[in-house]
Amino acid sequence: MSQNDLGTYAVNTWCPGCGNFAILNAVKAILDELRNEGFPLEKVVLVSGIGCHAKIVDYINVNSFYSIHGRVVPVAIGIKLANPDLKVIGFAGDGDAYGEGLEHLIFAAKRNIDITMIIHNNRVYGLTTGQYTPTSPLGFRGRSTPFGTRELPINPLELMLSSGATFLARGYSHGIELLKGIFKEALAHKGFSLVDVLQVCVTFYNMYQYYTRHAYELKDHDPRNYDGALQKIREWDYNKEAPIALGTFYKKEAATFEEPFRDYGAQVDRGSKIRQLLEKNI
Amino acid sequence: MADFSVLIGGKAGEGINQAASLIAHLLNRLGWRIYVYLDYPSLIRGGHNFAIIRASEKKIAVHRDKIDVLLALNQDTVDLHKHRLKDNSLIVYDSDTVKSKGSGLPLEKMIKEEGGSAIMRNSCIIGAFCRAAGIKQDILEEVFKKHIPREADLNIKIALRGYNETEESLALPAISQAPFSLFTGNEAIGLGLIKAGLKSYIAYPMTPSSGVLHFLAGLSKEFSLKVVHPESEISVILMALGFAYCGEKAAVGTSGGGFCLMNEGLSLAGMAELPVVIVMGQRPGPSTGVPTYTAQADLNFVLNAGHGEFVRLVTAPGDAEEACYWSAVALNIAWKYQIPCFVLTDKTLNEATFSFEASAVDSVKEEPPLLWDKDGDYKRYLNTETGVSPLAFVPRKGAVIKASSYEHDDYGITTEDPATITSSYDKRLRKEKYLAQDLEKYRAVKAYGNPSAECAVVCWGSNKGVCVEAAEKLGLKVIQPLVLSPFPLKQFSEALKGAKKVICVENNATGMLAGLMSARGLKVDKMILKYDGRPFSLDELESRLGEAMR
Ligand SMILES: Cc1ncc(C[n+]2csc(CCOP(=O)(O)OP(=O)(O)O)c2C)c(N)n1
Ligand code: SF4
Repeated sequence: MSQNDLGTYAVNTWCPGCGNFAILNAVKAILDELRNEGFPLEKVVLVSGIGCHAKIVDYINVNSFYSIHGRVVPVAIGIKLANPDLKVIGFAGDGDAYGEGLEHLIFAAKRNIDITMIIHNNRVYGLTTGQYTPTSPLGFRGRSTPFGTRELPINPLELMLSSGATFLARGYSHGIELLKGIFKEALAHKGFSLVDVLQVCVTFYNMYQYYTRHAYELKDHDPRNYDGALQKIREWDYNKEAPIALGTFYKKEAATFEEPFRDYGAQVDRGSKIRQLLEKNI
Repeated sequence: MADFSVLIGGKAGEGINQAASLIAHLLNRLGWRIYVYLDYPSLIRGGHNFAIIRASEKKIAVHRDKIDVLLALNQDTVDLHKHRLKDNSLIVYDSDTVKSKGSGLPLEKMIKEEGGSAIMRNSCIIGAFCRAAGIKQDILEEVFKKHIPREADLNIKIALRGYNETEESLALPAISQAPFSLFTGNEAIGLGLIKAGLKSYIAYPMTPSSGVLHFLAGLSKEFSLKVVHPESEISVILMALGFAYCGEKAAVGTSGGGFCLMNEGLSLAGMAELPVVIVMGQRPGPSTGVPTYTAQADLNFVLNAGHGEFVRLVTAPGDAEEACYWSAVALNIAWKYQIPCFVLTDKTLNEATFSFEASAVDSVKEEPPLLWDKDGDYKRYLNTETGVSPLAFVPRKGAVIKASSYEHDDYGITTEDPATITSSYDKRLRKEKYLAQDLEKYRAVKAYGNPSAECAVVCWGSNKGVCVEAAEKLGLKVIQPLVLSPFPLKQFSEALKGAKKVICVENNATGMLAGLMSARGLKVDKMILKYDGRPFSLDELESRLGEAMR
């Protein structure tokens, strides 16, 4: 396996031990596999937001659009609509996607647009040095909440399920083989897929021990069963102590938003059509 | 100049807009040049909607205060527009619901007898107008057939009922010139964008630019256009940038409130050097303001919107032809320079209907952007003399295409290196010089009226129509900048030569163009400002210019 040419000259500036490395390595490995299977990598576009996670596009030598905080999804949608043949992968932080950009995520799920969102959910703002996010637990003491938050976290997978997402999974930045398997499945899915990755921020919220104690791999779970998926998704609510399932919770086939857009973009003789229009408006 | 105005009014939901369009088409068929002013409050049923259809032998782009015909579907129309009547104005009204002098027709009773629905009262009153004006029955039938989307036959039957129960009293002459197409400013913008190669239009509804969205959505199949209405203006502009990244020419449309949300996307376009056209239809603000009325108070906002420093084109067309032409130019320039370009309009221009000269569409064509055609490493942000980097689009074998909102090097990789920051910054800003040179090829400033007049009226956007007509009557000169950024100083100063007194006419409270001029050392002596949400009428501006010259 040669992933060397998938890297760039950009200097990696993540903290040693950061969970983002696992995501980077898993994504590179998957892209390499895709290529080996004959998928042309020039058809891949990576989109990122702003945050530690977002630097990932600098570190991978494929097409990318380094967007702005919270706006990964609309950029990804625009790209997919412009060319439905592209494989569009969005990388966002939990502050980025579940905070600032939440409305877009809900609408992307509602539309079932065929993009894959990989959420680096470290449950803290990394790049702005440790403030709470929408998935930080109640009482989280961050730099903006030194006395602890007074709000419960949202369960993003539950929210996405109710918004119409057709593929939902959870990964963990420890154990790269499982992560690769999940990414691969998410990328293969036709429709909106989201992988919430428990990406440990060693500097501001080191949860390795906690996750390793609670995480288990989903087995004998039927991802086509909505109620069963919901039940599993609710097992851990990002707050209380509970087993934390890793793997694919939900998967459903449905019509995708971009499909009808394939019919558009053909060359038409605009001049003569405009003349008809001028005539019609006399 | 032979000149003629018809006012039709009623409650919102009574089809005033559609009726105005039919009357416009009828008069157009007789060879008159048309301008339709729409006035309506922001509600769906009730209130008072009216339209003034002005017909003239020469092209016009403003309404007049006085009217020749009043068509009243409700009492308000008679009561609120008394001051507009001349001694010999004809009033046709629904005698079932309205008390007035003039000629009453029991519209409600008549449509019932003909088996029509309430909305068809307007057809009946138009029929009466046609007969009064001496418009032939076959023209009426033809126009109704062509321009009524549903139940044309029934509408014709009802119109003929009104026709037959009215007497000819106006003897409106036909003008021996071919009719033009009629388009609103919004539609003209759509035409220009299509002609210049638009592939997608993305917008969230907001008056007064929703018309562009509706027009292009209706044409999307025919022209193979991707038209999207996403969840918010934030999404709108970011999607457009996604399209641009893939090489698809995209435009967005909004008004001040929506444009507030687009600001972060605008800055992203500035940094990532992604082309996008933004149609910005002004209405009174701040905030929600007066949603369905007009203003020109967002000039400074558009000139300064976004954070950081980046080059932009701001054009402000003054009528339908200019709206078409400059929308096309904006799209071409956006792609030539990889910058955001604005078509800055106002409700008056967006929603008014004009007689449209087809040559405006013929005069523009799509210009291809600078494309990368080399092998080897692709540098998305290659630092060139003009600041413009050759474009490649995904999927392109052998090229890795990296767009970025971060400061970046030639490849698009993030940098915080001081030398690279400076050179990347310079690269982007350098475009302005070449763009300004390029604009010399366009008539970025137009002059009208008496070239040797000592008094010059300066205006922008939809005030062109009213200023030109008033100035011609008063023997003044008019100067209209069509580009506001980069400011066409050379052309502007040229046009201003010989003017001893400069009067600036604007629909805002602070004189934004006047401010822009003063900042460049161009003297403004007086400002004629109006900010009640209504455009100047010809009569009003004539009298205010008269005062200003004293
Ligand atoms: C509109 C906007 N608001 C705020 C910021 C500052 N900012 C940069 S990164 C960030 C949060 C990052 O947290 P997250 O998205 O969870 O990503 P992480 O750094 O943890 O990977 C913020 C608030 C910004 N860049 N843009
Ligand atoms: S701050 Fe946290 S998320 Fe950011 S690089 Fe360091 S460990 Fe990773």
